[in-house]
Amino acid sequence: MSINGKAYIMGAFEHPLRDAPDTSTPQLHAECARGALADAGLSHLDVDAYFCSGDAPGFGGLSMVDYMGLRNVRHLDSTETGGSSYIVHVGHAAQAIAAGKCQVALITLAGRPRQGGHRLGPRPQAAGGALSDGAPEAGFDDIYGVMAVNGYAMCAMRHMYEYGTTAEQLAWIKVAASTHAQWNEHAFLRKVVTVEEVLASRMVADPLRLLDCCVVTDGGGALIVTSPEVARSLNRPRVKLIGAGEAPKTMLGGLDLDLTYSGAVWSGPGAFEEARVTPADIKYASIYDSFTITVLMQIEDLGFCKKGEGGRFVAEGNLISGVGKLPFNTDGGGLCNNHPTNRGGITKVIEAVRQLRGEAHPKVQVPNCDLALAHGTGGLLSGRHAAGTIILEREA
Amino acid sequence: MSETDPRAPITRPIPPPPVSVETRPFWDAAAEGRFLIKRCADCGKAHWYPRAICPHCFSANTVWEESPGEGVIYAYSVLRRSPTGPFAVGYVTLDEGPAVLTNFVDVAPGDLAIGLRVKVRFQPTEGGPPAPVFAPHT
Repeated sequence: MSINGKAYIMGAFEHPLRDAPDTSTPQLHAECARGALADAGLSHLDVDAYFCSGDAPGFGGLSMVDYMGLRNVRHLDSTETGGSSYIVHVGHAAQAIAAGKCQVALITLAGRPRQGGHRLGPRPQAAGGALSDGAPEAGFDDIYGVMAVNGYAMCAMRHMYEYGTTAEQLAWIKVAASTHAQWNEHAFLRKVVTVEEVLASRMVADPLRLLDCCVVTDGGGALIVTSPEVARSLNRPRVKLIGAGEAPKTMLGGLDLDLTYSGAVWSGPGAFEEARVTPADIKYASIYDSFTITVLMQIEDLGFCKKGEGGRFVAEGNLISGVGKLPFNTDGGGLCNNHPTNRGGITKVIEAVRQLRGEAHPKVQVPNCDLALAHGTGGLLSGRHAAGTIILEREA
Repeated sequence: MSETDPRAPITRPIPPPPVSVETRPFWDAAAEGRFLIKRCADCGKAHWYPRAICPHCFSANTVWEESPGEGVIYAYSVLRRSPTGPFAVGYVTLDEGPAVLTNFVDVAPGDLAIGLRVKVRFQPTEGGPPAPVFAPHT
């Protein structure tokens, strides 16, 4: 059985806030849900499946289903794969729909890292003395202060070592994102930057500089995934899910460690095979951009260029809409627009939906965009992470 | 917050490692200055971090083994600013095979390099067993 053609994304909403001092996290989830339902032309009474991840306050989705008054939910999924969760959720929603378990799935993400409740940085220290029974890797991993940036920096350093990738090439990824973000009125950073400006920004964790890093924003987003029957009843362009792949990449006992590739080497082919298309067919790609190196490795792993040639590919301007072969993150991505609650997966799907509907900003809209990909990595690229890839098609 | 001097040796205070019933022998040995890894008596392969079931062949026949704790840097990064000053994280590929996540100490950031030979040492923690860290070794 395949999910190709079994589900449609019929609602998508990105919260306009990037700094939300006066809105609670549950409220942000609900506002995103309202936005996505209104976009689809559905009501909260139509929702019969709810998907959320670790950012949803409370207990595995129950608190949010209760808070939002979703009284007809018959399918609940709180799959947690970090920032890629919401891309994985789209595939899981299609599976549930194909199995006849639900018809209208709501996916939400929201949070407020700018308000201090969720601080970036080393995880809380474990108490000394008493025996612990927590994550198996904790004593051998968490204590060394790997947060996001210095972990991803190790990947960049190794990629540079093995393939000669340069800081200037990585900077081109930020340049492309900022070139798109200038047209997004909600983008956190709208200023177009140059390669020189990226290289002049301060070093955060060798070899990644400040402008190699994504923004930290409050906010969120929501998606509505429906059955074909519901999709045909709605007065919106139909965005059909034709392929989905997911895969964890882990440490496997530490043998043959290779930080130069990601789980996309498995999630990508799975999605492409199911969709019966190839990377060359993709007109637009949303690529997870927690850091510039994240993009570089994933476009290689997804097959948009050969391993080790990502640097050259991006430095040729290939990620810039209207210029290159693979227009990416036309909303400005996590690097410039939005990375709500440090999880960029849902905004990747939302911009892909805009492109397929022809509703992206005219300055960045890809002409005749009928096939798009959204891809995310959650967890740590330098350690345990999970990749999720979906391929979407505009139905004429 | 302090900025990085590429010539100044770096260190980092390490929080107490959580110890479980499964990993207690490792930490007891660490307190004696001995570095243990686990090896599978069935498939013969070493693994890191140590665990009861072999992550290579799923055998339950894993045994502790004392290691010299020597290897080479696979990758690293120096975080330039932190509340405790700059510090270096990285992976060391042990001579036995597995890669180990760690902090590098008593080394100037400018002297770190992929391929550099390093050796384990143990750094005291506040209220917990000492934690393995690595420093250059000729």
